[in-house]
Amino acid sequence: MTKLIYERSQAGRRASEIPRPEGLTVPELPSELRRAEPPRLPELAEPEVLRHFTELSTRNFGIDTGFYPLGSCTMKYNPRVNERIVALPGFRDLHPLQEEEGAQGALELMWRLQEILAEVTGLDAVSLQPAAGSQGELTGLLLVRAYFDERGDTKRRKVVIPDTAHGTNPASVTMAGYEVTPVATDPRGNIDVDDLREKVTEETAALMLTNPSTLGLFDENIEEITSIFHGAGALMYYDGANLNAVCGISRPGDMGFDIVHINLHKTFSQPHGGGGPGGGPIAVRKTLEPFLPVPAVIRRDDGSFGLDYDRPQTIGKVRAFTGPFGVFVRSYAFIRSYGPRLREMSEVAVLNANYLLARLKDAYDLPFDRHCMHEFVLSARTLKREHGITALDVAKRLMDYGFHPPTIYFPLIVPEALMVEPTETEPKEILDAFCEAMLVIAREAVEEPELLKKAPHNRPVRRLDEVRAAKRAIVKYGFDEHPAPNGEPVEPRQLEAQKGA
Amino acid sequence: MSYLSLTDADREAMLATIGVDSVDAFFDQIPPGVRFDRELDLEPPLSEQELVAHLEELAARNVDTGREVSFLGAGIYDHYVPALVDAVLSRGEFLTAYTPYQPEMSQGILQAIFEYQTAICELTGMDVSNASGYDGTTVAADACYVAKHATGRAKVVVTEATNPQVRQVVKTYAVGFGLEVVEVPHRDGVTDPDELRGAAEDAACVIFQQPNFFGCLEAAPELAAAANDAEALAIAHVDPISLGLLEAPGNYGCALAIGEGQSAGNHQSYGGPHYGFLAARSEFVRRMPGRIVGETLDAAGERGYVLTLQTREQHIRREKATSNITTNQTLLALAGLVHLSWLGPQGLRETGETCLALAAYAKERLTAAGVSLAFPKQTTFKEFAVRVGRPARDAIREARAQGIHPGYALGRDYHVLDDALLVAVTEKRTREEIDRLAEVLAA
Amino acid sequence: MAADESYPENLRYHREHDWALIEGEEAVLGITWFAQDALGELVHFEPPQEGQAIAKDSTYGEVESVKAVSDVIAPLSGEVLEVNARVVEAPETVNEDPYGDGWLVRIRMSDPSEVDTLLDADAYKSFLAEQ
Repeated sequence: MTKLIYERSQAGRRASEIPRPEGLTVPELPSELRRAEPPRLPELAEPEVLRHFTELSTRNFGIDTGFYPLGSCTMKYNPRVNERIVALPGFRDLHPLQEEEGAQGALELMWRLQEILAEVTGLDAVSLQPAAGSQGELTGLLLVRAYFDERGDTKRRKVVIPDTAHGTNPASVTMAGYEVTPVATDPRGNIDVDDLREKVTEETAALMLTNPSTLGLFDENIEEITSIFHGAGALMYYDGANLNAVCGISRPGDMGFDIVHINLHKTFSQPHGGGGPGGGPIAVRKTLEPFLPVPAVIRRDDGSFGLDYDRPQTIGKVRAFTGPFGVFVRSYAFIRSYGPRLREMSEVAVLNANYLLARLKDAYDLPFDRHCMHEFVLSARTLKREHGITALDVAKRLMDYGFHPPTIYFPLIVPEALMVEPTETEPKEILDAFCEAMLVIAREAVEEPELLKKAPHNRPVRRLDEVRAAKRAIVKYGFDEHPAPNGEPVEPRQLEAQKGA
Repeated sequence: MSYLSLTDADREAMLATIGVDSVDAFFDQIPPGVRFDRELDLEPPLSEQELVAHLEELAARNVDTGREVSFLGAGIYDHYVPALVDAVLSRGEFLTAYTPYQPEMSQGILQAIFEYQTAICELTGMDVSNASGYDGTTVAADACYVAKHATGRAKVVVTEATNPQVRQVVKTYAVGFGLEVVEVPHRDGVTDPDELRGAAEDAACVIFQQPNFFGCLEAAPELAAAANDAEALAIAHVDPISLGLLEAPGNYGCALAIGEGQSAGNHQSYGGPHYGFLAARSEFVRRMPGRIVGETLDAAGERGYVLTLQTREQHIRREKATSNITTNQTLLALAGLVHLSWLGPQGLRETGETCLALAAYAKERLTAAGVSLAFPKQTTFKEFAVRVGRPARDAIREARAQGIHPGYALGRDYHVLDDALLVAVTEKRTREEIDRLAEVLAA
Repeated sequence: MAADESYPENLRYHREHDWALIEGEEAVLGITWFAQDALGELVHFEPPQEGQAIAKDSTYGEVESVKAVSDVIAPLSGEVLEVNARVVEAPETVNEDPYGDGWLVRIRMSDPSEVDTLLDADAYKSFLAEQ
């Protein structure tokens, strides 16, 4: 157990020294606005602050630590040169309201990234503004609304979403003021086209689809799906969470999608920082360009770069300024190091996934038996039925072998799902070691199930009681009234909820 | 350059194990009609050395705040970021981790987020904070969603003296939320509580900024009271660096406190990535958007941390979720925690005092140089508006020619203020720099 | 400690797995053993407000469990007279005693004839068997 930084605090100790210009007086603030009690921030000397966070870091696992096959999260190597580049003062210390003339390098970088993303997605125009994939989704749906509103077609209020979709898709639909129309998956893992045909009506605004899907399968009927939606006058939205499978191989625009979001923190290697930042640019067909967020990053006739706010049909702004610029710098650098070899990147990601699948499919259930794309979904259904071992147990045991677990309990249509995404950057030895661990675990599940039930055995903590946390939420340090740091051993109950993706 | 690890021999062996001749077999599932049949039209790959040279060249064409004395603020500030922040953020275990879905693999970042939530609650006087939102604009939209569901009302009120980008983002989201957005004009740089009280009738919430966009101090307790009188949620948009000196929103009747975190721990970075914070009184805990970390015990009875109250979130509640947010800004929030830990309560107060003292000095020097204050009656914090007697754009051009960026042209957002500049003075500015600013603006 | 499966004869049932105990013009509402078993351990009950009107077949509250979030559907229409504070405080009470201490709300019925549309215990058990 590690102390909280507040528990290391000593009154009167400090790290910072703030410049106090001589001869200046601090004006009095009106008493009714002045702070009565100071915030109880930590009081430590600098070495102890650094040691505290260094210790916390040793209790965390990143892609730098080891293999991280968290499905649908595309945990690939994050090149360190990109961190050096993003720290260049010309990027790091640039104010977002600097005049255009003083930000030409930044504007050009964004313009170039837009051009690249248009080429990779096969679409016409790009806005970099959305802060993450989910915000890209909401932005895309607001574009759909603006598009139909402009045409006076206001009865379209329904968005079709397959049952394999990320939870963000339906959540975004509600936030956009639309309603979800669910559609089923067929036995091959494609959208059930018969079900779909019945559900697309003149009230349908759009389809939201991840392709390849969260099952790691490319929808073999994509052309027919496109013709159903476009035939009904509806639009097609591509959730780019799985774009890492198809760069240079198949483009969403060519599949018929009208709007795409790209997760820069997945496909284009922005480090995810334990939860974020990310980037969720959207690419659209020409017909939707007038509605994109402002400002647009443009190249002017004289070759200079600028910001264009004069877009009368814009949906407005979805976040401040032009988007998470530091993310653009890293992703741009990442793409420039590959160039057209992005295709090879995707091919190797798909090869690695199929290799793992081939080695593991006899030891675990495989709900959809076909080649996969960049990820695949196994099930621990048989282990559960015959030995009482769940996907969660398998995941926890993998930690003892030094691997981050795959995504579990997602997608929702696969019971006891284990969703594995190796990415392109792993060497064969690591893939083999992971397979060995998974195969050993499948045997342990039969021979020594308790070993799995109690796993992990060598992490900084044992299994945690998530139910206790949800019932009696302790969400901040309570200072003098904080509960004791240990108590009686508990029966750790975990939420049977999606972990990953 | 690529970051691929497989040798040709590896690939052959792997294909043999799978039982296919080439990777093309995997792509048979893609209908021929949608396969991409040419090479991507991208520039050739760069080596690391070439890549650095190319990006150095782009960076060199930006005028950063190290090359030009900057009085730009308007939401993003040139505060000092201690070296400690960069040191902690460079730890690969933090930098390269995903969201902490598996707590046994993620105790470090989970505990850090718990400590961050505590710091935000201490600053704002609230009971619960989320693990961060995208930025200071989107948390305002999130707060409107909370208010809509908490009150069942369909109108939100935002003061005109709130950051224009915050207002723009709220308006964009409001279309989807089915909310009407009403703006309350400022009177001489601040909001009139009585005018706000009238507008707050039937509103789900009232959002105001303290200090406001002009740098002026609002009568925040009266604004909160105006909202509360109408049973609308009072929501304060606050600057963390001000909260060593200014009262916490939780102590003057606010239901939620939100803000842009950049001031605490983040470089300017041309506008992002930064973090937004959102904190609330405990009664709103189950309506909160985004990740929240909670404390619990492990099987051995020892303390540990987990993502909690997840039934609010999109992966469980799907279309009924409190928000669609998944990826947030954890690393930037961690930077905020490190910065606040470095400052401590004393450092935070002194930073505020230095900003306040230097800004007061700047007001004095600028008025002495013949520049007038736009809102002379108001008390300000680290930022203030001046009228330069000519189009602000011209003043900016002239000043920049002498190596100083004098501030933000308010006319971009407020049409009656074409000759107004918003001048931000952080603890990084010196008296000499302020003297030079006065000289160039006097011209 | 979870209760054993049972469907008391004195209650009336709704197909959304809710029960009602009729007491003159008032009714006590809760969720059935089947519902709590499917949900798993409850961690939160979001109740309606006392005095609020609820409508048959519509949502009147929400329960969160270790697995999911579920709407609670009103088997009858009426006005909420009382919310079971014990369940708000300790939601697992529903798992322990779904028909006793784990009741959710007491209402005054606005249309007592709706009772006739509900299932009796045998009919509900047959309904479950078909699922």
